[in-house]
Amino acid sequence: MTTELTAGTPAADESADVLVVEDLTVSFPTDDGPVQAVRGVSYRLREREILGIVGESGSGKSVTSMAIMGLLPRSARITGSIRFRGQELVGLRESGLNKLRGSKIAMIFQDPMTSLNPVYTIGYQLAETILAHNNVSKAQARKRSVELLDAVGIPNPGQRVDSYPHELSGGVRQRVVIAIAMANRPDVIIADEPTTALDVTVQSQVLDALRTAQQETGAAMVLITHDLGVVAGQADRVLVMYAGKPVEIGDVEDIYYRPRMPYTMGLLGSVPRLDAGRSRRLLPILGSPPSLLNLPAGCPFTPRCPMARDRCETEEPALTDATSRRHRAACHFSEELADVRPHDLFAPTAEGDLP
Amino acid sequence: MTALDHNAAIPNAVPSGPTGPTKPILSVRDLVVHFPVRGRGLLGRTKGTVHAVCDVSFEIYPGETLGLVGESGCGKSTTSRAVLGLRRATSGQVVFEEQDIAELSANRLRRLRRQMQIVFQDPMASLDPRLTVHEIIAEPLRIHRLHAADRARYVADLMQTVGLNSEHGNRYPHEFSGGQRQRIGIARALALEPKLLVLDEPVSALDVSIQAGVVNLLEDLQRRLGLAYLFVAHDLSVVRHVADRVAVMYLGRIVETGKSEELFANPAHPYTQALISAIPIPDPRKERARRRIVVSGEMPSPTDPPSGCRFRTRCPLFANRLDDSERTRCQQEVPELAERGQGHPVACHFAEAVPVL
Repeated sequence: MTTELTAGTPAADESADVLVVEDLTVSFPTDDGPVQAVRGVSYRLREREILGIVGESGSGKSVTSMAIMGLLPRSARITGSIRFRGQELVGLRESGLNKLRGSKIAMIFQDPMTSLNPVYTIGYQLAETILAHNNVSKAQARKRSVELLDAVGIPNPGQRVDSYPHELSGGVRQRVVIAIAMANRPDVIIADEPTTALDVTVQSQVLDALRTAQQETGAAMVLITHDLGVVAGQADRVLVMYAGKPVEIGDVEDIYYRPRMPYTMGLLGSVPRLDAGRSRRLLPILGSPPSLLNLPAGCPFTPRCPMARDRCETEEPALTDATSRRHRAACHFSEELADVRPHDLFAPTAEGDLP
Repeated sequence: MTALDHNAAIPNAVPSGPTGPTKPILSVRDLVVHFPVRGRGLLGRTKGTVHAVCDVSFEIYPGETLGLVGESGCGKSTTSRAVLGLRRATSGQVVFEEQDIAELSANRLRRLRRQMQIVFQDPMASLDPRLTVHEIIAEPLRIHRLHAADRARYVADLMQTVGLNSEHGNRYPHEFSGGQRQRIGIARALALEPKLLVLDEPVSALDVSIQAGVVNLLEDLQRRLGLAYLFVAHDLSVVRHVADRVAVMYLGRIVETGKSEELFANPAHPYTQALISAIPIPDPRKERARRRIVVSGEMPSPTDPPSGCRFRTRCPLFANRLDDSERTRCQQEVPELAERGQGHPVACHFAEAVPVL
């Protein structure tokens, strides 16, 4: 499996992959039994690439990233492998993780106030990140802090550096978090719904800042979002998750123009588009995502899938090559989707959420 | 669609579209809502005023949808609360079916409220977790003493109308998914057979695959029942999908309004242009080929809105293209929402329709 997804390209060897996730599973014990939040995620993140991870609530997209950062509660059971530049992260001690977190791998969360400390100035918090991993003076750290604030487009960075988080608006706070993320020139930035809480005009400012951070540091980025529009504009490759598993992965154009998994096609058909008028009726996906407690055998999308057949109920499909070796989909009948459009498959009903 | 065939529960089905009767069901005229900002302490003195809604006027006709859009803090939700009489207007009028709601007694207002109902954004916060779904949907009927004899059957019909299984009436909200909970909220709003529904971000808390079904349901209900919608939302993609007409708000004022197709095809206010250009389109080639109209900064505080045009502090036109005398005009003169040769009313001295999509 070492050649999957990268075969055929000049950078086929593992050295070009900054982050390799292999067969990652995460489960949480509950009173009703274990919840399988992540059920086997594998992907390779290449140098400087932006991988978009899309999926709905509960698809496991955030838990995957929390596992990479070692931020899951102790009760979580993690199996599989996460390698950062060849170094195994699963089972790594806290001290080992601390060397990587904030320096080699940085994370940006949805709500900036979960990462910013309300009782310290943003300059203090930026300098703290720089000083933790670099042997520089406080004055140098402060100077670099101001440069970073400037880089993410914050006006008057020389004054803003002494502000407390509560004095800043949501968009500026998120840009401060991005500045902190890029402070130590990480190799990987994981951004988990970085613009979801923001207004659209501010969202585009923050996406610009994120782009700057990625380009200036040369980092690869994992961009987790439920917004198919954001991914379309930002990502090089896209991973679609459903019920804790990747169901399709490929270059951004493969996913949007040649989807080979009914769920991906359903997502594209259900999203309202600014460039489509009223005449186009939305196509909901019937039902709702399955409970991750006691997931039945077979493909988890079966109850909602308009193409489902007997085989789907008993046998869970693996990711296999779809239109190319770089484009893989988890559907027994993916070749049947070759000339299919969302409206061929999904009905424009007013239902969509039946029990 | 089968669920909608069970609409025996709702007898006032009016087959009228946006081009139906010419009398508006709702007219909002020069609506102003200010909130006092009080100082600390028991006798806190008024320190300032939040100018939440300023000179807002619009009309809604039977069977049509007006989309009220804007970013957080623009006053769209306050406007919707004032329409329902949940928030007192500082000045201006809200006229529902030719009655000024400010002049009605509490008793009359309550009776009028039957005609206008609201669906909230977060169904979990707006449904009482201790009541069964049947009790939730029947509550407005109980309060208004309606359908006493056939209540069970009426509620069951309503549940079917919104695509819920009518056998689940004795379940509690937590047993339902997000989309189903929103359907419960819609059924409750429909129980009194209203003519106007205020939909306050009705689908923004839902995942896209679920959201589509609720949007389609709202469209079907409108067609079947002749409902008028005030659709309050920040998501322009959804609004474009459901609205006949759109009003764009910025810092308490409507800056542009017009027919949906026209406004999206030829936005003439720099803020509308920026807003449209900032919404990502789920199509990689289109999205990467787009030109963005960038606005700097964020919305100023409504306690101290900029003089003249409230958008000028962030306006790309003001910053890059106007000369000093033109800028002075933006600073001193409030641009009226008026037809300026762009095909629809716009509140900008230098309005110019620019296709952004």
